[in-house]
Amino acid sequence: MAKSQISMTVNGKTVEALVEPRTLLIHFLREQLNLTGPHIGCDTSHCGACTVDLDGKSIKSCTMFAVQANGADIRTIEGMATADGTLHALQEGFREMHGLQCGFCTPGMIVRAYRLLQENKNPSEDEIRMGISGNLCRCTGYQNIVKAIQYAAAKLSGVPFQEAAE
Amino acid sequence: MIPGSFAYHRPTSVSEAVSLLNELGEDARAIAGGHSLIPMMKLRLATPEHLVDLAGLKDLKGIRADGGDIVIGAMTTQHEVIGSDLLGAKLPILREASLQIADPQVRYVGTLGGNVANGDPGNDMPAVMMCLGAAYDVAGKAGNRRINARDFYQGAYFTALEPGEIVTAIRIPAPPAGHGYAYEKLKRKIGDYATAAAAVVLTMNGGRIATCSIGLTNVAETPLWAEEAGKILAGSALDAATVKKAVAAAEAITSPASDRRGTPRYRTKMAGVMLARALARAKARARA
Repeated sequence: MAKSQISMTVNGKTVEALVEPRTLLIHFLREQLNLTGPHIGCDTSHCGACTVDLDGKSIKSCTMFAVQANGADIRTIEGMATADGTLHALQEGFREMHGLQCGFCTPGMIVRAYRLLQENKNPSEDEIRMGISGNLCRCTGYQNIVKAIQYAAAKLSGVPFQEAAE
Repeated sequence: MIPGSFAYHRPTSVSEAVSLLNELGEDARAIAGGHSLIPMMKLRLATPEHLVDLAGLKDLKGIRADGGDIVIGAMTTQHEVIGSDLLGAKLPILREASLQIADPQVRYVGTLGGNVANGDPGNDMPAVMMCLGAAYDVAGKAGNRRINARDFYQGAYFTALEPGEIVTAIRIPAPPAGHGYAYEKLKRKIGDYATAAAAVVLTMNGGRIATCSIGLTNVAETPLWAEEAGKILAGSALDAATVKKAVAAAEAITSPASDRRGTPRYRTKMAGVMLARALARAKARARA
């Protein structure tokens, strides 16, 4: 099958490539661009481990063909920290609040939470839980993930984070 | 999982898309958001040789009022439905139903047109559209036509669409201001299809139901319009005896499959429970 020429921006860099139309975006990112942060968890559009940010939307990159992302602006977990290695507030929050155990879901969680906080700077706990409802975590029970996102929301708004009383 | 090989086409106009689909015939499939089709392709349950991507069709985007109707382009995403102020004011049931579909990532990509046109009995919007008396604008080789949602669904994945036709817009007569509405969905977890769900739109007059329309999701091979149940409720004050009669009429038209969501009997009863809840909530929201 003829390959298609595609061009997109990934983590601020322009990328050009030839892909088979059937190449899924997750495979393109991981195998052609060596961006192995987005994970393949369930491979059935459920778990959200493959989540990337595409043109201002959180999308599951296992359920999109790379050709469909032609012309898009994409951000993966690799594009969250600054060039000098300073962590994004969300990454810091996941570290400080113990928002991960095995870490498999974390790249998808953080990229999804990034878009959630872009759309809602001060989400309630319920809004956070609904906002990450397309991302499954099998370790944490979500408590500390919610706290990590609250930590980041507070930090990005310039207010000190205070944990809610248990 | 890796889908089978296919050629990718990205037309930029409806006429180009329709010509492509007709030219390529049954080896071609149209793709909208792809969140039903791509998983099927990964499982090789669908192996189209050509994909015609509708994402480049600007005419299929947007939400507008047209007289007393609201017209929604078929490629409008669920996320855009949820965020629309016009729909929030005129058709709030769409936001309520859309928020119960899948999860945020899927809603950013999944489209209203795909949801209604696919013919999957598990999809939520078809029953809502039957409830609202919506119609679908369809483009095909022979020209454009309009199909009522209530005439559209013929069986699981079988619809009134002819090969080579695509849904271009959904046209919904806006219910009167002050109408009550609810979409009640029982599901096992976020992202699940309904065990059973009910859509209700009603109007009240002097404490009594003036009009009532009911749609049911995933309790038959097609979405259902519970016409008889709506008729039973008209003129009533939604008293317990009449609600019971209407619920029985709605349950009588279901024929759910047995799956991991439950037995047919359970799912039929849950359709009744969802209907009773939706009626109560719709009444509480209605004015006059």
